[in-house]
Amino acid sequence: MKNLIAFAVGLIFGIGLLISGMTQPEKIFGFLDIFGRWDPSLVFVMGGALVVAVIGFYIAGKRGQSLLGDPLSLPDKTKTDPRLLAGAAIFGVGWGLAGVCPAPAIVNLGFLSAPAFIFAAAMLAGIAIYAVFSRATERS
Amino acid sequence: MKIDWLNFTPWPSLTGGLLIGLAVALFINFNGRVLGASGVIGGLIPPRADAPLRLSLIAGLLAAPLLLSFFNAARAPVFDKGTLTLVIAGLLVGFGTQLGSGCTSGHGICGIARLSPRSILATLIFMLAGIATVFVVRHILGAPVAS
Repeated sequence: MKNLIAFAVGLIFGIGLLISGMTQPEKIFGFLDIFGRWDPSLVFVMGGALVVAVIGFYIAGKRGQSLLGDPLSLPDKTKTDPRLLAGAAIFGVGWGLAGVCPAPAIVNLGFLSAPAFIFAAAMLAGIAIYAVFSRATERS
Repeated sequence: MKIDWLNFTPWPSLTGGLLIGLAVALFINFNGRVLGASGVIGGLIPPRADAPLRLSLIAGLLAAPLLLSFFNAARAPVFDKGTLTLVIAGLLVGFGTQLGSGCTSGHGICGIARLSPRSILATLIFMLAGIATVFVVRHILGAPVAS
């Protein structure tokens, strides 16, 4: 049941990303290019998503647990640290270079095009490098 | 600031955004989890006990373009960047999202919706870094624009 819902969530998420334009690198560049001709469409993506997400988190918070009886698993860190700042900056540079963020990178694989595979493979390699890096820093 | 009215798509973007929000709302209410793409993928390297759940979500993401193609409504992405740029960008996106514990969905939507100070700051930083990168690529290096 949990996995079936996760599949449905992924499907709705993916359809939303495709319809919104988030899977088009040109759309991302247009949004980030505030010094050129700016395409504000992504403000509408975020606005729409935030309105529904706020309601969703409010309802879940009131119930205190998931409908399938699991406790809510929410990030509990509140302090900002250098890792957060550096990570966000590194991600932002990559996002600005290719115009692709993690969820669209997966969705785009469905089109079976070479650039989509190259980007996704590099992204997975970046994640793997981090896994090795974090294990090394934990040990020291 | 000049607005690119030609490429401005408020209605599809708003509709897509509402669906993304719906996915977030369903995931927290049914599964009790925050929908962050980089977190879902990162938890598979190395795999943990909840791998089937993560893979199911990824299968859903992959099924989305197939479903829309069936209705002739899927637009394939157009990449105007070369292989080297895609590889560097992919490495940065993969590493950066893990180091910074989130991406556009985890920080930009879930975190901001929960008013998490960390996520608000992270979103501000990755947007500014993205804006700076596009500025350098388009207006300083003057890379040809596909449009």
